[in-house]
This record gives sequence, structure tokens and C-alpha cells, in this order.
Amino acid sequence: MTNSTTTKIVSPQSVKDEWFRPKQKEQGRAESVVRPSLSYWKDAWRRLRKNKLAMVGLAFLIFLLFMAIFGPILSPYSVTGTDYPNQNKAPSLAHWFGTDEAGRDVFTRTWYGARISLFVGVMAALIDFFIGIIYGGFSGYKGGRTDAIMMRVIEVLYGLPHLLVVILLMVVMGPSLTTIIVALTVTGWVGMARIVRGQVLQIKNYEFVTASKSFGAKTSRIIGKNLLPNTMGPIIVQMTLTVPGAIFAEAFLSFLGLGVAAPFASWGVMTNDALPVILSGHWWRLFFPAFFISLTMFAFNVLGDGLQDALDPKLRR
Amino acid sequence: MAKYIIKRFLMMIATILIIATLTFALMHTIPGSPFDDERTSNPTIQANLEKFYKLDEPMHIQYLYYLKSIVTFDFGPSIKKPNESVNELLARGFPISFELGMVTILVALLSGVTLGTFAALRHNGIIDYTAMTFAVVGISVPNFVLATLLIQQIAVNLEWLPPATWSSPLHMILPTLALATGPTAIIARLTRSSMLEVLTQDYIKMARAKGLSPVRIVVRHALRNALMPVVTIMGTMLAGILTGTFVIERIFAIPGMGKYFVESINNRDYPVIMGSTVFYSAFLVFMLFLVDIVYGFLDPRIKLHRKEGDA
Repeated sequence: MTNSTTTKIVSPQSVKDEWFRPKQKEQGRAESVVRPSLSYWKDAWRRLRKNKLAMVGLAFLIFLLFMAIFGPILSPYSVTGTDYPNQNKAPSLAHWFGTDEAGRDVFTRTWYGARISLFVGVMAALIDFFIGIIYGGFSGYKGGRTDAIMMRVIEVLYGLPHLLVVILLMVVMGPSLTTIIVALTVTGWVGMARIVRGQVLQIKNYEFVTASKSFGAKTSRIIGKNLLPNTMGPIIVQMTLTVPGAIFAEAFLSFLGLGVAAPFASWGVMTNDALPVILSGHWWRLFFPAFFISLTMFAFNVLGDGLQDALDPKLRR
Repeated sequence: MAKYIIKRFLMMIATILIIATLTFALMHTIPGSPFDDERTSNPTIQANLEKFYKLDEPMHIQYLYYLKSIVTFDFGPSIKKPNESVNELLARGFPISFELGMVTILVALLSGVTLGTFAALRHNGIIDYTAMTFAVVGISVPNFVLATLLIQQIAVNLEWLPPATWSSPLHMILPTLALATGPTAIIARLTRSSMLEVLTQDYIKMARAKGLSPVRIVVRHALRNALMPVVTIMGTMLAGILTGTFVIERIFAIPGMGKYFVESINNRDYPVIMGSTVFYSAFLVFMLFLVDIVYGFLDPRIKLHRKEGDA
């Protein structure tokens, strides 16, 4: 419209009134912020929700958590209870996932295994989190010589072959859940410490930290109140990705016979027990633990990826 | 560069020393001696045995002997198999594990880089989605689960490939496949994301403007830079693959190092445990060292980064 009218002169009379309409309501708020302001976490959640794969992962993990808590309780069978007349039964209405060679219910054992896997994974991630935050936060905040020495220690530890150390520790301390968690965290915190340190190094020179310092805040307060909350994004991503690693390590060790002991169930133990019976066609012995361990690792991985995209939009791939 | 290499070399020695000391300390805190379940209840025989393996010496002397054995690369005889030395076990088992590891890493590199590159070139296309779905699945399925499934389906049900041992190229397919899938997936993802980044850079546009063929642009110009992150993780990946061989060897009944290692752990065979741990760790740490050096040559910026102290 405007383009065509620029060349010819329009007399005020030819401008008709019906060309104009008073703009409705929104006029009054034109200069105020229309979209509700989002906090960092709300914004991240909004982005995460759009990621379908990550949401599927999250939904599965919630389901798994529910079943890990209530599955063994709801089931009429016990985890270790043997029932020899009913050994090696294929999945049926009585035993949804079938039974193993001692007549133990695979359904119950699978959820019990979920308990162990989730427990190991979450505990390992939490302990890594605490050690990593203290070590990395201190090292990054202090800087200078302290940082250099602390980083040399980390570099040496980083070079250690992870699983080899874990296996050695398992041998010494004897197989148990506590041992697995201790063994996993002895070497596992290093990655977290590196990430926290990198973040702290980046943030500690921002003005708000200087401001806080000039008010006389103590080091512990600056680290706790100023630095850590602003490094939470990458830390949460790292934690989400630690969990599948720990779950894998537990299953790996149990599979080698160094993990949870026989009558009790872990997914690694169940997979290992299924190995000799492959030839006999008892597919359910292998299928259920294998399926759930893979699905759990999958869920944590896609959730971790989704969180990474959601919490750190700059790093978007 | 020379300074950097020397620094990394010293770090490597420190790491190996720490591992050696750790192994020694751990082995000697295990309650019980390797002769506990032996028929030799005779105290004289027991004493003689301990003397032979130098277990009667004070701890620090044992430690010195142990360090000497590492330096001279002579780990002495095994306790459970007295007519065999640890060196012989290593010489027998390691080449097989090494072969499995190397074949795996080659397969993983070739297929991972190819997959990642094609995914990046067809960004958001069907190839991209297929490759990335494969990658997430590959990362999620543990290697021992995959190995068991492969044996069940391909070897037992379909009878296409032999289910165990390491005697011919045909036998190698399943173990390699089981071990290589995870690393392939990781490499594919890494290659894809760094390739996507590299392809947007100006020098690629320049190469296009010069009228170079797309293949040449990707292979000669883009891949070189896109592979840097892959080089960085090669060291840790190798560690994962080599420990992975333990479990794969067990499943496929391959007579490699893993078999002896797990056996020695169950038997508390000190010399074998210590020998193979130190040997394996030294090998891995050396590989990490090599990777770092190679990286230093490939990327001249690395020296600057190190100076700033953010490793």
C-alpha cells in the first residue's frame, strides 16, 4: 500500500476513515514485558520439555524408580526364594518374566536389580559431586600455585586406568555394594573436579564476585553462594552422565563375579547367570536384564544430552 | 615442544610409580596369604615357599625388590603355576589381547569417523538420524550384554559365525563387533559434532569458492580439523577397550590377558596380579603419552593452552 502511494500525491479528503481502526487493548501494555520473565531453571525446563527423546528418558526413569521401590514389594515372590518345581519356566501369568534355574522369579529379580543399579549410580554420582565440588571449587578459586599442584594431582589420577583400579580395590575390599561405590568414586570424582574448576575459573572474575568480596564475604561464602549456584548447569549434566557409567561399572564387575553375590540379584549377575543357559533357549533369562540395563543407560544418556542442551544453550550442538 | 614432551614423560613415570605403589600396597593389605588354601600345612614348607617368593622379608625390602622387578621387567614366577613365570604368561596372553584391542580400535575408528562424517554432511537428514540413533543405542548397550546377545542370535540361533575362541578371522568377527560398537558410537558422535562446527568455518567456504570437489574438501580440509577431538579421547578410549577385553575374552573363551588376570585375582596370585596390573597400566599410560604428543604435533595451539595452566 505505502509503496504504491509514495509517487502520487494524496489529498487529505481521499483518505477514508475506514482505513483506520483504533488498535485494541494491547496498546496500553506495548512497552511492558509481555512474556512472563523466566528464571534460569524455568527456561531450562521449557527447553528440556521440547526435547521429546529426553522426556521419554525421564518418563522411563520415573517408571523405573517406581518399580524399583514397589516392584519387589508388589510381587508375591521373594528375590532369593527358590522354588525348584517351577524352575526355568517361560514367562507366564504366574511369572511375568519367567523363572531361573532355581525357580526364582525373574520379574522380582529384575526390579531388585533396578534398585541396586539406581542406588549404585545415584550414590556414585552424589559422592563424586561432593568431592568434586570441594576439590574443584577450592582449586579453581584459590588459583596460582595451589591450583597448579592440585591440578598435577588430578592429571596423574586421570591417567590411571579406571576399571583396573576398581578391580584391584574390589579384590582387596571384598565384593559388596559399599565396595563398588567406594571403588567407583575413588577414581570417579576427578572428572567432576575438573569441570567444577573450569567453571569456577571462568566465573570468579565476574563483577558480582568482586562486589561480594569487597563487602568482606568469606571464601566459603563466595564459593557456596556466588560460584557454585552459577556452575550448577554443567555439574548436573556431568552427574546425569556419571550415573550410566556407574551402572555400567557395577554390571561389568558383577558380570566378572566381583560385584553383588549370588542369591541376590543385580543386572550384571543376572546377565552372567544367563550366559551358560543360552544354548538351552531360555531367552527370558538374558532378555530382561539385558533389556532393562540397556534401556536405563539409554534413558540416562538421552536425559543427560537433553539437559546439556537445555542448561547450556551456548554449547548447543 | 621438547619441554612439553619431557614434562609429559615425567608425568608418565609418576603415574606408573603411583600405580605400582598402589598395587603393592593393596596386594599386601589383603587378609590371608596365597598359600592359605594349599595342602602344605607343614610350617617348614610354608616358610621355604615364603622365602622363595621373598614374602618373609620386611615390607620395604619387598617393595624395593618389586620396583627392581618392574625396572628390569622380570616379574618372577607365578605362585599358582610355579613352573611358569609372569613374563611367560604376559608373552602368551598379551599379544592376543593386543590383537583384539587393535582390531577393535581400527574398526571403531574407521566406521565411527565414516558414520559421523556422513551424518554431518547430511545434517538433519535420514542418514543423520539413523546414525545418531545407532550411536545412542551403541553407547547404551553394555559390551558384555551385546556379546551375549550376539552369541545367542548370530552364533547359536542362526549359526552364521562361530560362537567362541580366537583361531581364525571368522572367529574374530563377533568379539570385535561386541567390543567395537560402543567406541564406534562415541567416535561417530564426536566426529559429527566437530564436523558440523568445522563445516561452517570460513576456510571451508574458501575451499568451496576455489571450486574444489566436495570429496576433497571433506577429506583434505574438513576432516583434519574435525578429527582433533577424536584424537583427544583416543587414550581413554583405548583404556576402556583394553579393560573391555577382560570381559569379552571371558565370554568368547579367548585365551588373552584378561583370562589370566581374572584367574590371578581369584587365586590371589600376587606376582601375576602385580605384574599384569603394572604392565597394563604402563602400556595404557604410555598410550596416553603418545596420544598427547601426537596431539601436540597436530595442534600447535596446545602449548599455549598448557602455559595458561588450564589442562
